[in-house]
Amino acid sequence: MSGMHGTETTAGPVLGDTPPEATSATGEAGDNAAGIAAVGRVARELMPETGVIADPTQLRTYECDGLAHYRVTPALVVLPETTEQLAAVVKACSEHGVPFVARGSGTGLSGGALPRADGVLLVTSRMRTIHEVRRADQRAIVEPGVINLDVTRAATPEGYYYAPDPSSQQICSIGGNLAENSGGAHCLKYGFTSNHVLGTELITPQGDVVQLGGLAPDSPGYDLLGTVVGSEGTLGIATTATVRLVRLPEEVRTLLVGFHTTDDAGAATSAIISAGVLPAAIEMMDALAIEAAEAAVHCNYPDGAGAVLVIELDGASAEVEHEYALVERFCQENGSFELRLATDAMERALIWRGRKSAFAAVGRISPDYIVQDGVIPRTALPEVLRAIAELSESSGVRVANVFHAGDGNLHPLVLFDGEKEGAGEAAEKVSGAILDLCITHGGAITGEHGVGVDKAAYMPKMFTDDDLDTMQLVRCAFDPGNISNPGKVFPTPRLCGEVPGKRKKAHPLVEAGLADAF
Amino acid sequence: MTTVDLDSARTALADACGEITDATPADAVDGVPAALVARPGSTEETAAVLRAAAAAGLTVVPRGQGTKLTWGRPPESADVVLDLSRMNRVLDHAAGDLIVDTEAGALLSDVQQTASSAGQRLALDEPIAGGTVGGMLATNASGPGRVAVGTARDLLIGVTVVRADGVVAKAGGRVVKNVAGYDLGKLVIGSFGTLVVVTRAVFRLHPVPAARRFVSVPFGTPEDASRLVQSVVHAQVVPAAVEVEWRVDGAGTVGVLLEGTPAGVEARTASTRQLLGDGASAAEDAPAGWGVLPWTEEPGSTGLKLTCALSGLAPVLTAARRAAEDAGIALTVRGSGGAGVLYAALGADAPVEALADVVTRTRAVCTEHGGSLVVLDGPPAVKTAVDTWGPVPAIDLMRRVKEQFDPERRLAPGRFVGGI
Repeated sequence: MSGMHGTETTAGPVLGDTPPEATSATGEAGDNAAGIAAVGRVARELMPETGVIADPTQLRTYECDGLAHYRVTPALVVLPETTEQLAAVVKACSEHGVPFVARGSGTGLSGGALPRADGVLLVTSRMRTIHEVRRADQRAIVEPGVINLDVTRAATPEGYYYAPDPSSQQICSIGGNLAENSGGAHCLKYGFTSNHVLGTELITPQGDVVQLGGLAPDSPGYDLLGTVVGSEGTLGIATTATVRLVRLPEEVRTLLVGFHTTDDAGAATSAIISAGVLPAAIEMMDALAIEAAEAAVHCNYPDGAGAVLVIELDGASAEVEHEYALVERFCQENGSFELRLATDAMERALIWRGRKSAFAAVGRISPDYIVQDGVIPRTALPEVLRAIAELSESSGVRVANVFHAGDGNLHPLVLFDGEKEGAGEAAEKVSGAILDLCITHGGAITGEHGVGVDKAAYMPKMFTDDDLDTMQLVRCAFDPGNISNPGKVFPTPRLCGEVPGKRKKAHPLVEAGLADAF
Repeated sequence: MTTVDLDSARTALADACGEITDATPADAVDGVPAALVARPGSTEETAAVLRAAAAAGLTVVPRGQGTKLTWGRPPESADVVLDLSRMNRVLDHAAGDLIVDTEAGALLSDVQQTASSAGQRLALDEPIAGGTVGGMLATNASGPGRVAVGTARDLLIGVTVVRADGVVAKAGGRVVKNVAGYDLGKLVIGSFGTLVVVTRAVFRLHPVPAARRFVSVPFGTPEDASRLVQSVVHAQVVPAAVEVEWRVDGAGTVGVLLEGTPAGVEARTASTRQLLGDGASAAEDAPAGWGVLPWTEEPGSTGLKLTCALSGLAPVLTAARRAAEDAGIALTVRGSGGAGVLYAALGADAPVEALADVVTRTRAVCTEHGGSLVVLDGPPAVKTAVDTWGPVPAIDLMRRVKEQFDPERRLAPGRFVGGI
């Protein structure tokens, strides 16, 4: 369960040779062969040779996304350069009933871009044009393959930036962000991708191109855009995104605060928020996470800290000054023993480097680890952290905690050694138990990494059959043929009644006995 | 209610919900007479009413306090008014987590009062006083404060709904950050009661700022208004609202709201006055008319919602004024220049053809600048004669969504875009 990282061997010993999900999520190699051949012909007619990959060795380079222990080799990979090409390939998929999966940079941590063995992988990495930076409108219009940080780079000369900043922002793409409703450290104050995407040109699963939203807010009609953002590629593929640009703040203050315990750091966080201060970010790391970060990037965090907070305040100078005084006081009142204020951009970058490299850094102290992503109400933080510590102690599985403390989004890193027998299973168990903790405390099973293939089985713990069925009414409206990233998000696909057009025989899932029509 | 028998309908609904009454003329929905009013006291009773309505083939129009029931088009029929005003409890205010959990029939003012006990607020303006949470969600109502915090879609984190077939479902939850499953909350915001009935909602709250100040400056031409708005939004004063008011006589005001700490607001007020130039003045209290929908000030007038990219402000204002003058119709505009969302009133008793012409011409310019024009409210004669919603991109997909959720067109049929 959840982002598993480590050596190549992790996939084998821990989880065995078969993908953890039923073939309903991944498809069977060799299925849809005729349809895939037909889609390949359409693709080859439209784009250069390098844009269509069918060679088995090359196909294998696309077998996973950022969640590397789920691996499926796609039947065909297509790298379109234009909306027209992408739409034509999707239309061909629709005509032949071939499932497709869209992929941006492949950094996702829930297996959302895990390919289908019986389908086509549509990679947007050749669609990297920033069409416009419209300062007067505070918007940018970009293609889906554009790297998150490049939007900010393009806007900075105009005094603007793109606010959502997942830790992978140097490599992740806007299309992937849109699909996953990506967050980041600064969403405490600025919100998520869904708050910053104002419009998109979407290719529907039938291959039609539709415009949802645009430069202005409040488009008349249902807010389909709001539903598409975060739908994990199950409602179509975005070929442009119109995003909000945010004015660079007059002042930014980044603080690193050392505490003896996570309880103290949590209490300081609560005091800050209760006082009505809304920092741009409040991030927490515990002792084990600090140890890992030190080993990896020498970020020089305070010696002997049981927890650190990275707090960033931004806005108009006069406001930041006032907030800084409050934050300093609340930290001291709650037992901080060291408070450092970054005095220049380099110091700020160093503070953030420790935090943003934390996931990868854990590789320095453990051969393998699972990245968990769960959410709890912030006030439950001390209780849940203690419960995680107890879980860790009773199971003997080490857990490093890195999280967005301001909004209760936890990223426990569950450490294990895949070479040791049973270690992977034990880690999986702890990781799953942490999610259960989130659910019992009224939280969510994912705050920003998505459900993907990884957590689909957990959805029924958070939602009833009726909830999931109702969500899938939307899917049936967009994708009655269930070809757009099928097998992700929902544990059981809802069959949508009559599929307009092509399908003549029974739904393959019904045929395979994997689903009942209802 | 032509194909169903009122007595059997009443009987069917009575089993579902204790409070069923015959509708009075006051229960008519935008001029369309209703037959029955059901007042369920819970999500379960709401579900039972919808199941009974489905079994009896009755159309259903949800209603809170009815303050915005004339927005959108009149429904094709309204057999049952589903009145949620009994479901008016604010269920839980978790102050430490900055969230509030409320029934859909709760008054927005009650939610605000509850939140304020902890120095918090639901950061949504209420352009028409006295409304409910459900009504605000159904119409996606917003006001000046949207520049800083956004609208309902940026604040709603969990929702419980009842489908047209009576199935109860929820999406989201009680935490601010949550990407598990589809965000149905966004889908129901602004759906005018045509998709599902919202019975419960969870919102994220914000701290009430310690200080606020309004800075206002008069403007003469649309180009001036645009220049002033641009100067504020591109500065670093972080405005909470940037309003434009253009009165019937052509006099205009740009108003900027600053919120924050006392010292911070003072400094930002000084910067903003400088940006806006000579003639800018600051005040503790909101200027008259702040956030008031202009058509609510003149009975019988027609209310428009105009949107555009920020750079379209001057062309849209100009086009609206020119079209109104050519038609001999009085025009007042007020709205968020900083968000690109304006509201306009076209004077009462205007000839319908002339009014339709103003709508068409102004809409073309809104569309050219990335936005739209909707005739939100107005006399029935006007709404019948003009294209209220205008052309809607992706209408086919919207119809398919409606078809999935409400295939029998039970909920508020005809009120929404494209006759949905």
